[in-house]
Amino acid sequence: MTVWVPDWPLFAAGVPADEPAAVFVANRVVACTAAARAADVRRHMRRREAQARCPSLRVLDRDVERDARMFEPVVQALEAFTPRVEITRPGRCAFPTLGPSRYFGGDRALADRVVAAVDQPVMVGVADGPFAAEHAARTAYVAAQRGDPPVWIVEPGSVAEYLAPLSLTALEQPDLADVLRRLGLHTLGDFAALPAADVLGRFGPAGAEAHRLARGLDARPLRTAPPPLDLVVSAELDPPADQVAPAAFVARGLADELHRRLDARGSVCTRLVVIAETENGERSERVWRHAESSSAGSTGTSGLGAGAIADRVRWQLDGWINASVRQRPTAGIVHLELHPDEVVAADGRQLGLPGEGFGGRDTGAADRAVRAIARVQGLLGADAVSVPEYAGGRDPDEQLRLVPAGAVDLTADRPAVHADWVAAPWPGRLPNPSPATVHPQPLPVDVLDGTGRVVMVDGRCTPTAPPERLRVDGRSHRIDSWAGPWPVDERWWDPERHSRRARFQVVTDDGTARLVVLERGRWSVAATYD
Amino acid sequence: MGRAEVAAALVEQIQPIALAREQRLPVLPAFASLIPGGGLRRGSTLATDGPAATSLALAAAAAASQDGAWVAAVGFPSLGLLAAAELGIALERFVLVASPDTEIGPDNEETAWAAAVAALVDAFEVVLVQATHRVKARDGRRLAARTRERGAVLVQVGSSGWSEGADVTLEVTDARWEGLADGYGHLRSRRVTVVGGGRREASRPRRAELWLPSIDGWVESVVADPVPLHA
Repeated sequence: MTVWVPDWPLFAAGVPADEPAAVFVANRVVACTAAARAADVRRHMRRREAQARCPSLRVLDRDVERDARMFEPVVQALEAFTPRVEITRPGRCAFPTLGPSRYFGGDRALADRVVAAVDQPVMVGVADGPFAAEHAARTAYVAAQRGDPPVWIVEPGSVAEYLAPLSLTALEQPDLADVLRRLGLHTLGDFAALPAADVLGRFGPAGAEAHRLARGLDARPLRTAPPPLDLVVSAELDPPADQVAPAAFVARGLADELHRRLDARGSVCTRLVVIAETENGERSERVWRHAESSSAGSTGTSGLGAGAIADRVRWQLDGWINASVRQRPTAGIVHLELHPDEVVAADGRQLGLPGEGFGGRDTGAADRAVRAIARVQGLLGADAVSVPEYAGGRDPDEQLRLVPAGAVDLTADRPAVHADWVAAPWPGRLPNPSPATVHPQPLPVDVLDGTGRVVMVDGRCTPTAPPERLRVDGRSHRIDSWAGPWPVDERWWDPERHSRRARFQVVTDDGTARLVVLERGRWSVAATYD
Repeated sequence: MGRAEVAAALVEQIQPIALAREQRLPVLPAFASLIPGGGLRRGSTLATDGPAATSLALAAAAAASQDGAWVAAVGFPSLGLLAAAELGIALERFVLVASPDTEIGPDNEETAWAAAVAALVDAFEVVLVQATHRVKARDGRRLAARTRERGAVLVQVGSSGWSEGADVTLEVTDARWEGLADGYGHLRSRRVTVVGGGRREASRPRRAELWLPSIDGWVESVVADPVPLHA
């Protein structure tokens, strides 16, 4: 049985279905309300196109953690029926019905109870196998639009007939669907009629998996042998964690460890049980399934990566710790356990040798660095760690700026760290070399001429007299040599940010070279060449 | 040949390759006479001091950074990033960490600052540290031990705050900028005199003159005195 809340990201954001709104990731629609759909807004559509079709569209950002947290009450309500609820992704979960149906008197009775027990507007689909059940839930949604109860039950044994008229897009493998359409196959029924061996030979494991789905079978033949125990990883937390962050940090380490063990066996995990226990013996146990089965057609089985595992643990703990007072744990978490429930051979892509990224770069070092950065962020705060990126500007502190390390993917190639990232020239830049110390707050100083008067610059940018003495912090230095000014007149169109200044390089008798700036009649040291 | 012997033979074949490269991080040729062994020994500490301490530390890390090492800098609120890039730090593997305002750590035993530096030493090959406060002797020893254990290189920029000396020390005793005159020209190059010291293999005093940077923007040894134009 699949229990599905349509357009969950929007429901979690509290948007009513009759208001046109859509959630975007990377400028593409990932979910939209029924009202938006009525205006022809579709998934994967660009934001501009979506807004053109529906000008009143409300644009929302995706917040995966909120989605997961809000879904927790739904799962808790379902746990009254069965202990084995599998969360495919926030908004959709599934559980086997054989036991519960018998207890509650049949699939129909069980489905009705589920609909009554959950506060959210759920669609319930029942079929043999999760794939068909998911589509049954979609059919239930169509039924609900007509005013029927939001339940659709596919009778046992008739799954193949139910799936046959569905379009190939249901497989969510656009490349495969495209090829099949050009072969003249348009429905799952057409595809299912092909001989399995030929499909495997032509389309590889991913195609064979899709073929099994189209025939109404599970994606993979059932494996009855339980995964070996040495794949279970667990950790004791001391002191107990009553916040999500410290527990999530431990979970990240566990996820890495599990992933490493799976890797060593050449396996991937497609279903994972996450168990958390508190000091008072309360227990949160959730089954997470890998949702995106071989999305790009050629990649084969990818399974849950270390990052995805860690995310799921964090979602679960977030939902549990921040639940309503009645369901919240009464003590800190002392035990975390990751239990890979379904492990299959990794027949998919091979990312190269360990520690070798594409282009021969050492991604192992990058991963280690990212982990150390996460640890430092935990100690000193998220803003404490930053990385440089090029930006346009005329002053030494403008040409490179710092961005928080959390905002960038350090393991990927970042074009903004190369000097050619800034294409446009910035006339008025200071010549190389650049100062090694750039004062975040300019230090006020006095630049004096031979008679002890402050040096000024006239309208043609010539100094009133050669600068001879520099007074810093009450100490006076003789200026041995100087050059300038390099004038800057920036943002004259903006009265508030308009800045007109003249910059000089000066070397004083102690050998220090400084960049001094005259702005609005005041001198300051902007940088020191030390 | 038995299985064990084959394995032993293989180990022998593999080992020397790993050793030469693994034990020292590369430095620019200009540093060859200043740093014993011609490279920064993994697990060691380096201290730079004097008027150009920051530039010198960046230049010392430049070759390793270009070679693929990750470099972290802790406690440089006013570091000139452009200068770092010009001296040869690969910005895609460069991370800046702000020093915490407070010194109270998670368990009062170790300050948050020391814990952060220790975490960085675990993963980064070169960690530049400017102490913004006095480093407790115990923290200093602990960090040195951690560095030794993880095979990183800890660079102390500016001697203030550190109670213990580093394995290798480099001090700029004299720095002179060139290229500037009375009202014209611009800063072009800087000639520095660096004096080396340290412990064990670095205890022999060393001295070199460097362009930091040279007129072309590199870090080079001063080969010969320039011929004066007006003799």
